[in-house]
Amino acid sequence: MSDLALHIPTDVIDGPTSLVAALIAALLIGLCVVRARRGLDERLVPLAGLATAFIFAAQMLNFPIAAGVSGHLLGGALAAALLGPWLGALCVTVVIVIQALLFADGAVTALGLNVANMALIATFCAYGVLVLALKVLPRTRWGLGAAVFAASVVSVVAASAGFVLQFWIGGEEVGQSFGAMAAAILGTHVLVGVGEAVITAGAVTAVALARPDLVHALRGTRLAQNPRTLKEHA
Amino acid sequence: MSGADGLYRPGDSPLHRLRPQVKIVALVGFTCAIAATPREALWAFGTYALLLAGLFALARVPAAWVLSRSLVESPFLVLALAFPFMVAGPPVHFGFITVSEPGLWAGWNLFAKATLGVWAALLLSATTPVAGVLAGLSRLRCPEILLQITAFAIRYAHLTVAEVTQMRLARLARCDDPRFLWQASALARSLGVVFIRSFERGERIWQSMAARGYTGRLPLEVGPAPASALQWGAALSAPAVAGAIAAWTAVIA
Repeated sequence: MSDLALHIPTDVIDGPTSLVAALIAALLIGLCVVRARRGLDERLVPLAGLATAFIFAAQMLNFPIAAGVSGHLLGGALAAALLGPWLGALCVTVVIVIQALLFADGAVTALGLNVANMALIATFCAYGVLVLALKVLPRTRWGLGAAVFAASVVSVVAASAGFVLQFWIGGEEVGQSFGAMAAAILGTHVLVGVGEAVITAGAVTAVALARPDLVHALRGTRLAQNPRTLKEHA
Repeated sequence: MSGADGLYRPGDSPLHRLRPQVKIVALVGFTCAIAATPREALWAFGTYALLLAGLFALARVPAAWVLSRSLVESPFLVLALAFPFMVAGPPVHFGFITVSEPGLWAGWNLFAKATLGVWAALLLSATTPVAGVLAGLSRLRCPEILLQITAFAIRYAHLTVAEVTQMRLARLARCDDPRFLWQASALARSLGVVFIRSFERGERIWQSMAARGYTGRLPLEVGPAPASALQWGAALSAPAVAGAIAAWTAVIA
């Protein structure tokens, strides 16, 4: 499981589906560039570059799931929580392109599919869940942690559901066993998602405690302080 | 994955000397030809493999390196192994095991095409340095803003990866050895610290760029070099052969 990525290789999904996915992905990335630039202006290049370098390094960090089994982050939820959906999706896209061209991970013809699943679906689903959860949950350390946890699980499962959908449209005809295959893929990714969620929630809470202004999901508000630290301030 | 150098292997073969934009176009063409070949055309896949093996030999890339790097696709090989049991169709018997014939073809198709696709991509990453790939993409009219972000990301990924490695060593030196997920909180917190450092570094870099008159575009007037017709011809001969084989097998089938 050390390198269980979702990078789709050559011709698992047929040509027309890949082409449509590539077109949709290209359009959405164009939109991401426009929206990310609106918030950052000329700061976009250095900040997005450094954020991408961070996501890249975060993906290299292996964390234990159970004794002897480890996984690594996909980073979609992490990017959505810290950077927002537009900049976050942009950074994960750049990471996927680097992996396809410099590490031969994922086929060049499946780049659109890979970007659609791991950068666009994962990041935007995570952000949607995060925004909804933060409306309900209190803005405390645990509230934020729980919201990020839910967002991470959903993002990983949604990315794998994206693959299942693409496989249903343009993959091998598997007939009756499609349900079993979809269940196996989604079930595995619920487990991967829980691992991702623990690490992501821990990382985002750590940032929120030290520099709440850097957590995009908090939109500039601070975490509610617990009574003990208030007393110390007084 | 070590650092952000990619899988580049320095060398001075004819493949190393080809312009990167030519190699990128050749890779896309070759991968499309692989994808378009019908699964029953076994000899076509054999020819592609021989062609790629010849190119690897020309680039002086050892076979062991290629094979160890091919493991990147292993999760999908599980799917390839599952196909013979999942796909419906006339059964074939192997001793005790009964599998379906179309399923076997589907598994073979996935295995062969994924492996050849990875090999073709490895040929590009082994013979082209990171800066070369970016220059090639820029010649191919890839949006400049994405290339600038990528260039920054690759440049600073070295630093960020070094920070992550350093923190891991520090945790190990303090006997942190998480075996289960719920013990990994130190790992998550150090990830948070790396993010804060990266973001603050990004702001500092932007400030120094602004101090030097940066207004949103890099003052690079020297574009990457164009490729000669000879280079285009040489590089595109491989995907042309593959495309011809793909078209031939598709017509025969």
